[in-house]
Amino acid sequence: MKLHRIAAIIWRHIYLYQRSLPRWLEIFYWPLLDLLLWGFISLYLSRFSGSVPKFVGFFLGALIFWDILYRANQGVSISFLEDVWSRNLLNLFASPLTAGEFLAALMTMGIIKMLTGTIAAVIMARILYSFNIFTLGLAFIPFVLNLLLMGWAIGIVTTAVILRFGMGAEVLAWGLALIFQPISAVFYPVSTLPPSLQTLALFTPSAHVFEGMRQVLSAGAFPWHNLIWAFGLNVVYLSIAVLFFFQILRQVRRLGLLMRVEQ
Amino acid sequence: MSTRRPVLEVENLAKSFNGNVAVAGISFSLASAEILGLLGPNGAGKTTTIQMLLGLVSPSAGHIRYFGLDFPAHREEILARINFSSTYVSLPYFLTAWENLVVYAKLYNVKHHKEKIAEVLDTFEIYDLRKNLTRNFSSGQLTRLHLARALLNDPQVLLLDEPTASLDPDIADKTRTLLRRIRDRKGLSILYTSHNMKEMEEMSDRIIFLQRGSIIDGGTPRELLERYHEESLEDVFLQIARDNVPRPQASPHTS
Repeated sequence: MKLHRIAAIIWRHIYLYQRSLPRWLEIFYWPLLDLLLWGFISLYLSRFSGSVPKFVGFFLGALIFWDILYRANQGVSISFLEDVWSRNLLNLFASPLTAGEFLAALMTMGIIKMLTGTIAAVIMARILYSFNIFTLGLAFIPFVLNLLLMGWAIGIVTTAVILRFGMGAEVLAWGLALIFQPISAVFYPVSTLPPSLQTLALFTPSAHVFEGMRQVLSAGAFPWHNLIWAFGLNVVYLSIAVLFFFQILRQVRRLGLLMRVEQ
Repeated sequence: MSTRRPVLEVENLAKSFNGNVAVAGISFSLASAEILGLLGPNGAGKTTTIQMLLGLVSPSAGHIRYFGLDFPAHREEILARINFSSTYVSLPYFLTAWENLVVYAKLYNVKHHKEKIAEVLDTFEIYDLRKNLTRNFSSGQLTRLHLARALLNDPQVLLLDEPTASLDPDIADKTRTLLRRIRDRKGLSILYTSHNMKEMEEMSDRIIFLQRGSIIDGGTPRELLERYHEESLEDVFLQIARDNVPRPQASPHTS
Protein backbone atom coordinates (compact mmCIF):
# COMPACT_ATOMS: atom_id res chain seq x y z
CA MET A 1 0.00 0.00 0.00
CA LYS A 2 1.62 3.27 -1.15
CA LEU A 3 0.46 6.43 0.58
CA HIS A 4 1.39 8.71 -2.32
CA ARG A 5 -1.06 6.86 -4.57
CA ILE A 6 -3.86 7.09 -2.01
CA ALA A 7 -3.05 10.79 -1.56
CA ALA A 8 -3.21 11.30 -5.34
CA ILE A 9 -6.80 10.09 -5.47
CA ILE A 10 -7.74 12.26 -2.49
CA TRP A 11 -6.12 15.28 -4.16
CA ARG A 12 -8.20 14.58 -7.26
CA HIS A 13 -11.37 15.03 -5.17
CA ILE A 14 -10.07 18.02 -3.23
CA TYR A 15 -9.34 19.79 -6.52
CA LEU A 16 -12.84 18.92 -7.70
CA TYR A 17 -14.59 20.17 -4.56
CA GLN A 18 -12.66 23.42 -4.33
CA ARG A 19 -14.61 24.82 -7.27
CA SER A 20 -17.81 22.79 -7.42
CA LEU A 21 -20.70 24.52 -5.68
CA PRO A 22 -23.20 21.72 -6.50
CA ARG A 23 -20.96 19.21 -4.72
CA TRP A 24 -20.70 21.39 -1.62
CA LEU A 25 -24.47 21.79 -1.66
CA GLU A 26 -24.82 18.04 -1.84
CA ILE A 27 -22.78 17.72 1.38
CA PHE A 28 -24.60 20.48 3.30
CA TYR A 29 -27.99 21.03 1.70
CA TRP A 30 -29.80 17.78 2.53
CA PRO A 31 -28.52 17.34 6.08
CA LEU A 32 -29.32 20.93 6.94
CA LEU A 33 -32.74 20.73 5.32
CA ASP A 34 -33.46 17.54 7.28
CA LEU A 35 -32.27 19.18 10.44
CA LEU A 36 -34.52 22.18 9.92
CA LEU A 37 -37.58 20.15 8.96
CA TRP A 38 -37.33 17.37 11.53
CA GLY A 39 -36.00 19.67 14.20
CA PHE A 40 -39.08 21.88 14.04
CA ILE A 41 -41.41 18.87 13.77
CA SER A 42 -39.83 17.32 16.85
CA LEU A 43 -40.06 20.64 18.72
CA TYR A 44 -43.75 20.76 17.87
CA LEU A 45 -44.41 17.11 18.77
CA SER A 46 -42.50 17.42 22.04
CA ARG A 47 -45.38 19.59 23.33
CA PHE A 48 -47.66 16.56 23.21
CA SER A 49 -45.24 13.85 24.27
CA GLY A 50 -44.50 14.54 27.87
CA SER A 51 -44.19 10.83 28.53
CA VAL A 52 -41.24 10.56 26.11
CA PRO A 53 -38.25 12.15 27.79
CA LYS A 54 -35.75 14.16 25.73
CA PHE A 55 -37.86 13.80 22.61
CA VAL A 56 -36.01 16.51 20.66
CA GLY A 57 -32.64 15.04 21.61
CA PHE A 58 -33.67 11.61 20.34
CA PHE A 59 -34.74 13.03 17.02
CA LEU A 60 -31.85 15.37 16.39
CA GLY A 61 -29.28 12.83 17.56
CA ALA A 62 -30.84 10.26 15.26
CA LEU A 63 -30.77 12.70 12.32
CA ILE A 64 -27.13 13.58 12.84
CA PHE A 65 -26.12 9.95 13.28
CA TRP A 66 -28.06 8.78 10.25
CA ASP A 67 -26.34 11.43 8.19
CA ILE A 68 -22.96 10.14 9.37
CA LEU A 69 -23.77 6.72 7.95
CA TYR A 70 -25.20 8.17 4.76
CA ARG A 71 -22.21 10.49 4.12
CA ALA A 72 -19.68 7.73 4.81
CA ASN A 73 -21.51 5.58 2.26
CA GLN A 74 -21.67 8.38 -0.31
CA GLY A 75 -18.07 9.32 0.27
CA VAL A 76 -17.18 5.92 -1.17
CA SER A 77 -19.81 5.44 -3.87
CA ILE A 78 -20.09 9.01 -5.21
CA SER A 79 -16.31 9.44 -5.24
CA PHE A 80 -16.14 6.29 -7.36
CA LEU A 81 -18.89 7.62 -9.64
CA GLU A 82 -16.96 10.86 -10.19
CA ASP A 83 -14.32 8.83 -12.04
CA VAL A 84 -16.97 6.94 -14.00
CA TRP A 85 -18.72 10.16 -15.01
CA SER A 86 -15.46 11.72 -16.17
CA ARG A 87 -14.33 8.54 -18.02
CA ASN A 88 -11.20 8.48 -15.91
CA LEU A 89 -11.56 4.98 -14.50
CA LEU A 90 -9.38 3.26 -17.11
CA ASN A 91 -6.56 5.75 -16.50
CA LEU A 92 -6.62 4.78 -12.83
CA PHE A 93 -6.86 1.03 -13.32
CA ALA A 94 -4.06 1.11 -15.90
CA SER A 95 -1.81 2.93 -13.44
CA PRO A 96 0.17 1.30 -10.61
CA LEU A 97 -2.72 2.10 -8.25
CA THR A 98 -3.87 -1.14 -6.61
CA ALA A 99 -7.50 -2.00 -5.90
CA GLY A 100 -6.71 -1.84 -2.16
CA GLU A 101 -5.25 1.66 -2.50
CA PHE A 102 -8.25 2.73 -4.56
CA LEU A 103 -10.61 1.50 -1.84
CA ALA A 104 -8.51 3.12 0.88
CA ALA A 105 -8.74 6.45 -0.96
CA LEU A 106 -12.52 6.12 -1.36
CA MET A 107 -12.88 5.25 2.33
CA THR A 108 -10.81 8.30 3.28
CA MET A 109 -13.15 10.38 1.14
CA GLY A 110 -15.95 8.82 3.21
CA ILE A 111 -14.33 10.17 6.37
CA ILE A 112 -13.78 13.63 4.86
CA LYS A 113 -17.35 13.94 3.58
CA MET A 114 -18.78 12.56 6.81
CA LEU A 115 -16.75 14.97 8.95
CA THR A 116 -17.60 18.00 6.80
CA GLY A 117 -21.33 17.33 6.80
CA THR A 118 -21.46 16.28 10.45
CA ILE A 119 -19.58 19.29 11.77
CA ALA A 120 -22.04 21.57 9.96
CA ALA A 121 -25.05 19.62 11.27
CA VAL A 122 -23.74 19.57 14.85
CA ILE A 123 -23.19 23.33 14.79
CA MET A 124 -26.65 23.95 13.31
CA ALA A 125 -28.32 21.70 15.90
CA ARG A 126 -26.53 23.60 18.65
CA ILE A 127 -27.52 27.01 17.25
CA LEU A 128 -31.12 26.24 16.30
CA TYR A 129 -32.21 23.81 19.02
CA SER A 130 -29.53 24.09 21.71
CA PHE A 131 -28.91 20.41 21.16
CA ASN A 132 -25.40 19.28 22.04
CA ILE A 133 -24.55 15.91 20.52
CA PHE A 134 -21.51 15.71 22.81
CA THR A 135 -23.81 15.14 25.79
CA LEU A 136 -23.47 11.53 24.63
CA GLY A 137 -20.02 11.70 26.15
CA LEU A 138 -17.41 9.11 25.31
CA ALA A 139 -19.98 6.88 23.60
CA PHE A 140 -20.10 9.42 20.78
CA ILE A 141 -16.78 8.19 19.37
CA PRO A 142 -17.62 4.47 19.04
CA PHE A 143 -21.08 5.41 17.73
CA VAL A 144 -19.51 7.45 14.94
CA LEU A 145 -16.90 4.77 14.25
CA ASN A 146 -19.55 2.09 13.87
CA LEU A 147 -21.69 4.20 11.55
CA LEU A 148 -18.59 4.99 9.50
CA LEU A 149 -17.76 1.29 9.18
CA MET A 150 -21.28 0.43 8.11
CA GLY A 151 -21.37 3.36 5.66
CA TRP A 152 -18.10 2.16 4.14
CA ALA A 153 -19.44 -1.40 3.79
CA ILE A 154 -22.59 -0.20 1.99
CA GLY A 155 -20.53 2.15 -0.21
CA ILE A 156 -18.08 -0.59 -1.19
CA VAL A 157 -20.88 -3.02 -2.09
CA THR A 158 -22.56 -0.26 -4.13
CA THR A 159 -19.30 0.47 -5.93
CA ALA A 160 -18.79 -3.20 -6.74
CA VAL A 161 -22.33 -3.54 -8.12
CA ILE A 162 -21.90 -0.43 -10.33
CA LEU A 163 -18.55 -1.79 -11.50
CA ARG A 164 -20.26 -5.01 -12.53
CA PHE A 165 -23.55 -3.72 -13.94
CA GLY A 166 -22.56 -0.24 -15.11
CA MET A 167 -24.50 2.98 -14.80
CA GLY A 168 -27.82 1.15 -14.71
CA ALA A 169 -26.99 0.51 -11.06
CA GLU A 170 -26.02 4.15 -10.37
CA VAL A 171 -29.18 4.79 -8.37
CA LEU A 172 -27.85 2.45 -5.65
CA ALA A 173 -25.31 5.11 -4.70
CA TRP A 174 -28.20 7.16 -3.32
CA GLY A 175 -30.69 4.45 -2.49
CA LEU A 176 -28.99 1.40 -1.00
CA ALA A 177 -28.28 2.93 2.41
CA LEU A 178 -31.91 4.02 2.70
CA ILE A 179 -33.04 0.39 2.65
CA PHE A 180 -31.40 0.03 6.05
CA GLN A 181 -33.16 3.03 7.55
CA PRO A 182 -36.42 1.32 8.64
CA ILE A 183 -34.69 -1.65 10.29
CA SER A 184 -32.03 0.60 11.81
CA ALA A 185 -34.79 1.97 14.05
CA VAL A 186 -33.38 5.45 13.58
CA PHE A 187 -36.31 7.39 15.03
CA TYR A 188 -38.04 4.72 17.15
CA PRO A 189 -37.00 1.82 19.38
CA VAL A 190 -36.36 -1.60 17.80
CA SER A 191 -39.26 -2.93 19.92
CA THR A 192 -41.59 -0.93 17.63
CA LEU A 193 -40.73 -3.22 14.71
CA PRO A 194 -42.64 -6.43 14.01
CA PRO A 195 -40.83 -9.55 15.34
CA SER A 196 -39.38 -10.58 11.97
CA LEU A 197 -37.86 -7.14 11.43
CA GLN A 198 -36.60 -7.11 15.02
CA THR A 199 -34.57 -10.19 14.13
CA LEU A 200 -33.20 -8.38 11.08
CA ALA A 201 -32.42 -5.35 13.24
CA LEU A 202 -30.39 -7.58 15.54
CA PHE A 203 -28.03 -8.16 12.60
CA THR A 204 -27.96 -4.50 11.53
CA PRO A 205 -25.06 -2.59 13.14
CA SER A 206 -26.78 0.80 12.89
CA ALA A 207 -29.81 -0.50 14.85
CA HIS A 208 -27.48 -1.18 17.78
CA VAL A 209 -26.00 2.30 17.48
CA PHE A 210 -29.41 4.00 17.55
CA GLU A 211 -30.60 1.82 20.43
CA GLY A 212 -27.39 2.68 22.26
CA MET A 213 -27.84 6.38 21.57
CA ARG A 214 -31.34 6.35 23.08
CA GLN A 215 -30.01 4.43 26.08
CA VAL A 216 -27.32 7.06 26.71
CA LEU A 217 -29.75 9.96 26.29
CA SER A 218 -32.46 8.47 28.49
CA ALA A 219 -30.51 6.57 31.16
CA GLY A 220 -26.98 7.87 30.79
CA ALA A 221 -25.65 4.31 30.76
CA PHE A 222 -22.74 3.41 28.48
CA PRO A 223 -24.18 0.92 25.96
CA TRP A 224 -21.40 -1.69 25.95
CA HIS A 225 -23.69 -4.45 24.77
CA ASN A 226 -24.90 -2.46 21.70
CA LEU A 227 -21.46 -1.24 20.79
CA ILE A 228 -19.87 -4.69 20.94
CA TRP A 229 -22.64 -6.11 18.77
CA ALA A 230 -22.37 -3.26 16.27
CA PHE A 231 -18.60 -3.49 16.07
CA GLY A 232 -18.60 -7.26 15.64
CA LEU A 233 -21.18 -7.09 12.87
CA ASN A 234 -19.36 -4.24 11.16
CA VAL A 235 -16.06 -6.12 11.10
CA VAL A 236 -17.81 -9.08 9.46
CA TYR A 237 -19.79 -6.95 6.96
CA LEU A 238 -16.86 -4.73 6.00
CA SER A 239 -14.65 -7.78 5.43
CA ILE A 240 -17.37 -9.34 3.25
CA ALA A 241 -17.80 -6.05 1.35
CA VAL A 242 -14.07 -5.77 0.61
CA LEU A 243 -13.85 -9.42 -0.49
CA PHE A 244 -16.96 -8.88 -2.64
CA PHE A 245 -15.34 -5.85 -4.29
CA PHE A 246 -12.14 -7.79 -5.11
CA GLN A 247 -14.17 -10.71 -6.44
CA ILE A 248 -16.26 -8.42 -8.65
CA LEU A 249 -13.16 -6.63 -9.91
CA ARG A 250 -11.66 -9.98 -10.95
CA GLN A 251 -14.92 -10.84 -12.71
CA VAL A 252 -15.10 -7.44 -14.41
CA ARG A 253 -11.54 -7.89 -15.73
CA ARG A 254 -12.39 -11.39 -16.93
CA LEU A 255 -15.54 -10.19 -18.72
CA GLY A 256 -13.86 -7.07 -20.12
CA LEU A 257 -16.43 -4.77 -18.50
CA LEU A 258 -14.15 -2.00 -17.23
CA MET A 259 -14.55 -0.06 -20.46
CA ARG A 260 -18.31 -0.36 -20.26
CA VAL A 261 -18.86 0.85 -16.70
CA GLU A 262 -19.87 4.26 -18.06
CA GLN A 263 -22.65 2.71 -20.15
CA MET B 1 14.64 -12.04 -34.28
CA SER B 2 15.30 -8.47 -33.24
CA THR B 3 18.83 -7.74 -32.15
CA ARG B 4 17.42 -5.22 -29.69
CA ARG B 5 16.34 -6.41 -26.26
CA PRO B 6 12.56 -6.95 -26.13
CA VAL B 7 10.78 -4.81 -23.55
CA LEU B 8 7.50 -6.58 -24.19
CA GLU B 9 6.96 -10.24 -25.06
CA VAL B 10 3.53 -11.64 -25.80
CA GLU B 11 3.07 -15.40 -26.15
CA ASN B 12 -0.10 -17.12 -27.34
CA LEU B 13 -2.26 -14.38 -25.88
CA ALA B 14 -5.94 -15.23 -26.19
CA LYS B 15 -9.23 -13.82 -25.02
CA SER B 16 -12.77 -15.09 -25.44
CA PHE B 17 -15.95 -13.45 -24.22
CA ASN B 18 -18.75 -15.97 -23.70
CA GLY B 19 -17.27 -18.27 -26.32
CA ASN B 20 -16.66 -15.45 -28.84
CA VAL B 21 -12.99 -15.25 -29.70
CA ALA B 22 -11.68 -11.68 -29.52
CA VAL B 23 -7.97 -12.54 -29.58
CA ALA B 24 -6.92 -15.96 -30.79
CA GLY B 25 -3.51 -16.75 -29.39
CA ILE B 26 -1.23 -14.06 -30.76
CA SER B 27 2.52 -13.81 -30.18
CA PHE B 28 4.76 -10.85 -30.80
CA SER B 29 7.43 -8.79 -29.17
CA LEU B 30 8.31 -5.13 -28.91
CA ALA B 31 11.97 -4.20 -28.90
CA SER B 32 13.55 -1.36 -27.03
CA ALA B 33 13.10 1.94 -28.91
CA GLU B 34 10.86 0.28 -31.48
CA ILE B 35 7.54 1.59 -32.79
CA LEU B 36 5.21 -1.30 -33.54
CA GLY B 37 1.94 -0.65 -35.34
CA LEU B 38 -1.08 -2.82 -34.60
CA LEU B 39 -3.31 -2.64 -37.62
CA GLY B 40 -6.64 -4.22 -38.34
CA PRO B 41 -10.30 -3.53 -39.14
CA ASN B 42 -12.88 -2.83 -36.45
CA GLY B 43 -13.36 -5.85 -34.24
CA ALA B 44 -9.93 -7.28 -35.12
CA GLY B 45 -8.93 -7.42 -31.45
CA LYS B 46 -6.60 -4.40 -31.28
CA THR B 47 -8.25 -2.71 -28.30
CA THR B 48 -8.75 -5.99 -26.43
CA THR B 49 -5.05 -6.72 -26.93
CA ILE B 50 -4.05 -3.31 -25.59
CA GLN B 51 -6.40 -3.72 -22.64
CA MET B 52 -4.83 -7.06 -21.79
CA LEU B 53 -1.40 -5.45 -22.03
CA LEU B 54 -2.59 -2.86 -19.48
CA GLY B 55 -4.18 -5.39 -17.13
CA LEU B 56 -7.68 -3.99 -17.75
CA VAL B 57 -8.83 -7.30 -19.22
CA SER B 58 -7.52 -10.62 -17.98
CA PRO B 59 -6.41 -12.99 -20.76
CA SER B 60 -8.07 -16.38 -21.25
CA ALA B 61 -4.66 -17.82 -22.06
CA GLY B 62 -1.10 -16.83 -22.82
CA HIS B 63 1.69 -14.85 -21.24
CA ILE B 64 2.71 -11.21 -21.16
CA ARG B 65 6.18 -10.17 -20.05
CA TYR B 66 7.51 -6.65 -19.73
CA PHE B 67 11.22 -6.13 -19.14
CA GLY B 68 11.51 -9.87 -18.57
CA LEU B 69 8.96 -9.70 -15.73
CA ASP B 70 5.72 -11.64 -15.73
CA PHE B 71 2.55 -9.52 -15.98
CA PRO B 72 0.38 -9.41 -13.87
CA ALA B 73 2.60 -10.99 -11.18
CA HIS B 74 4.66 -7.74 -11.20
CA ARG B 75 1.71 -5.51 -12.02
CA GLU B 76 2.60 -2.47 -9.88
CA GLU B 77 6.25 -2.43 -10.89
CA ILE B 78 5.43 -2.82 -14.57
CA LEU B 79 2.59 -0.28 -14.69
CA ALA B 80 4.88 2.28 -13.06
CA ARG B 81 7.25 1.89 -16.04
CA ILE B 82 4.70 1.98 -18.84
CA ASN B 83 1.79 4.25 -19.78
CA PHE B 84 -0.96 4.61 -22.30
CA SER B 85 -3.25 6.99 -24.08
CA SER B 86 -6.53 6.16 -25.71
CA THR B 87 -9.45 7.90 -27.33
CA TYR B 88 -11.73 5.86 -25.04
CA VAL B 89 -10.70 7.63 -21.86
CA SER B 90 -10.80 11.17 -20.58
CA LEU B 91 -9.71 13.14 -17.55
CA PRO B 92 -11.80 14.76 -14.79
CA TYR B 93 -13.57 17.68 -16.47
CA PHE B 94 -13.68 20.05 -13.52
CA LEU B 95 -9.95 19.96 -12.89
CA THR B 96 -7.52 22.18 -14.74
CA ALA B 97 -4.90 20.61 -17.00
CA TRP B 98 -2.27 21.34 -14.34
CA GLU B 99 -4.33 19.79 -11.53
CA ASN B 100 -5.01 16.67 -13.56
CA LEU B 101 -1.32 16.24 -14.18
CA VAL B 102 -0.49 16.87 -10.52
CA VAL B 103 -2.84 14.02 -9.58
CA TYR B 104 -1.15 11.65 -12.02
CA ALA B 105 2.33 12.86 -11.08
CA LYS B 106 1.53 11.93 -7.48
CA LEU B 107 0.04 8.62 -8.61
CA TYR B 108 3.23 7.75 -10.50
CA ASN B 109 5.43 9.28 -7.78
CA VAL B 110 7.11 11.61 -10.27
CA LYS B 111 10.10 13.42 -8.74
CA HIS B 112 10.23 17.21 -9.21
CA HIS B 113 6.72 16.97 -10.53
CA LYS B 114 6.19 20.69 -11.17
CA GLU B 115 9.14 20.84 -13.56
CA LYS B 116 8.06 17.61 -15.22
CA ILE B 117 4.47 18.79 -15.68
CA ALA B 118 5.69 22.06 -17.18
CA GLU B 119 7.96 20.07 -19.49
CA VAL B 120 5.26 17.71 -20.83
CA LEU B 121 2.74 20.54 -21.24
CA ASP B 122 5.33 22.52 -23.12
CA THR B 123 6.23 19.51 -25.24
CA PHE B 124 2.67 19.31 -26.52
CA GLU B 125 2.30 23.10 -26.78
CA ILE B 126 -0.46 23.38 -24.20
CA TYR B 127 1.48 25.02 -21.37
CA ASP B 128 -0.54 28.20 -21.82
CA LEU B 129 -3.72 26.20 -21.20
CA ARG B 130 -2.50 24.78 -17.90
CA LYS B 131 -4.99 26.81 -15.82
CA ASN B 132 -7.96 25.98 -18.05
CA LEU B 133 -10.55 23.46 -16.96
CA THR B 134 -10.26 20.24 -18.91
CA ARG B 135 -13.97 20.53 -19.84
CA ASN B 136 -13.13 23.59 -21.93
CA PHE B 137 -10.48 21.80 -23.98
CA SER B 138 -11.14 21.01 -27.64
CA SER B 139 -10.81 17.34 -28.55
CA GLY B 140 -7.40 18.04 -30.07
CA GLN B 141 -6.17 19.83 -26.95
CA LEU B 142 -7.56 17.01 -24.83
CA THR B 143 -5.69 14.42 -26.90
CA ARG B 144 -2.48 16.36 -26.36
CA LEU B 145 -3.19 16.55 -22.65
CA HIS B 146 -3.68 12.76 -22.59
CA LEU B 147 -0.36 12.31 -24.32
CA ALA B 148 1.26 14.71 -21.86
CA ARG B 149 -0.20 12.65 -19.01
CA ALA B 150 1.11 9.47 -20.62
CA LEU B 151 4.67 10.83 -20.67
CA LEU B 152 4.68 12.10 -17.08
CA ASN B 153 6.39 9.03 -15.66
CA ASP B 154 8.99 8.80 -18.45
CA PRO B 155 7.59 5.45 -19.54
CA GLN B 156 9.78 2.87 -21.22
CA VAL B 157 6.78 1.46 -23.08
CA LEU B 158 3.90 3.54 -24.37
CA LEU B 159 0.66 1.95 -25.56
CA LEU B 160 -1.29 4.27 -27.84
CA ASP B 161 -4.79 3.48 -29.03
CA GLU B 162 -5.55 5.84 -31.93
CA PRO B 163 -3.66 8.71 -30.33
CA THR B 164 -4.03 11.22 -33.16
CA ALA B 165 -7.66 10.45 -34.06
CA SER B 166 -8.96 13.90 -33.03
CA LEU B 167 -6.00 16.00 -34.10
CA ASP B 168 -5.86 18.30 -37.09
CA PRO B 169 -3.21 17.38 -39.68
CA ASP B 170 -0.74 19.97 -38.42
CA ILE B 171 -0.90 18.92 -34.76
CA ALA B 172 -1.07 15.24 -35.73
CA ASP B 173 2.12 15.63 -37.72
CA LYS B 174 3.80 17.52 -34.87
CA THR B 175 2.68 14.81 -32.45
CA ARG B 176 4.15 12.05 -34.62
CA THR B 177 7.40 13.95 -34.97
CA LEU B 178 7.46 14.48 -31.24
CA LEU B 179 6.84 10.84 -30.42
CA ARG B 180 9.60 9.76 -32.79
CA ARG B 181 11.94 12.32 -31.24
CA ILE B 182 11.16 11.04 -27.74
CA ARG B 183 11.73 7.51 -28.98
CA ASP B 184 15.12 8.52 -30.42
CA ARG B 185 16.16 10.49 -27.37
CA LYS B 186 14.90 8.27 -24.58
CA GLY B 187 14.67 4.87 -26.21
CA LEU B 188 10.89 4.79 -25.71
CA SER B 189 9.13 1.74 -27.18
CA ILE B 190 5.67 2.37 -28.64
CA LEU B 191 2.83 0.01 -29.49
CA TYR B 192 0.49 1.93 -31.70
CA THR B 193 -2.97 1.43 -33.17
CA SER B 194 -4.45 3.73 -35.78
CA HIS B 195 -6.83 3.71 -38.67
CA ASN B 196 -4.68 6.28 -40.41
CA MET B 197 -2.60 4.16 -42.80
CA LYS B 198 -0.32 6.97 -43.84
CA GLU B 199 0.42 7.61 -40.21
CA MET B 200 1.11 3.94 -39.61
CA GLU B 201 3.44 3.81 -42.58
CA GLU B 202 5.25 6.92 -41.41
CA MET B 203 5.46 6.02 -37.73
CA SER B 204 5.98 2.30 -37.50
CA ASP B 205 9.24 0.41 -37.67
CA ARG B 206 7.16 -2.71 -37.97
CA ILE B 207 3.49 -3.50 -38.46
CA ILE B 208 1.32 -6.41 -37.36
CA PHE B 209 -1.96 -7.07 -39.16
CA LEU B 210 -4.71 -8.38 -36.94
CA GLN B 211 -7.88 -9.88 -38.33
CA ARG B 212 -10.57 -11.66 -36.28
CA GLY B 213 -8.20 -11.87 -33.36
CA SER B 214 -5.31 -13.44 -35.26
CA ILE B 215 -2.09 -12.04 -36.64
CA ILE B 216 -2.37 -12.64 -40.35
CA ASP B 217 0.78 -10.86 -41.44
CA GLY B 218 3.54 -8.61 -40.25
CA GLY B 219 6.75 -6.89 -41.22
CA THR B 220 8.25 -3.51 -41.90
CA PRO B 221 6.10 -1.15 -43.99
CA ARG B 222 8.51 -1.63 -46.89
CA GLU B 223 8.37 -5.43 -46.63
CA LEU B 224 4.58 -5.36 -46.62
CA LEU B 225 4.39 -3.09 -49.66
CA GLU B 226 6.75 -5.36 -51.56
CA ARG B 227 5.02 -8.56 -50.46
CA TYR B 228 1.60 -7.33 -51.57
CA HIS B 229 2.87 -5.42 -54.61
CA GLU B 230 1.07 -2.28 -53.48
CA GLU B 231 2.13 1.32 -53.31
CA SER B 232 0.48 2.28 -50.06
CA LEU B 233 -0.23 0.60 -46.76
CA GLU B 234 -3.89 1.50 -47.23
CA ASP B 235 -4.01 -0.71 -50.33
CA VAL B 236 -2.29 -3.49 -48.42
CA PHE B 237 -4.84 -3.11 -45.65
CA LEU B 238 -7.76 -3.22 -48.10
CA GLN B 239 -6.34 -6.25 -49.83
CA ILE B 240 -5.93 -8.14 -46.56
CA ALA B 241 -9.20 -6.97 -45.01
CA ARG B 242 -11.33 -7.62 -48.10
CA ASP B 243 -9.66 -10.65 -49.55
CA ASN B 244 -9.52 -12.18 -46.10
CA VAL B 245 -6.87 -14.54 -47.40
CA PRO B 246 -4.37 -15.02 -44.66
CA ARG B 247 -0.88 -15.23 -46.01
CA PRO B 248 1.70 -17.29 -44.26
CA GLN B 249 2.50 -15.24 -41.20
CA ALA B 250 5.85 -13.54 -41.37
CA SER B 251 7.50 -13.76 -38.01
CA PRO B 252 6.04 -10.97 -35.91
CA HIS B 253 9.37 -10.84 -34.15
CA THR B 254 11.16 -9.80 -37.32
CA SER B 255 12.31 -6.22 -37.34
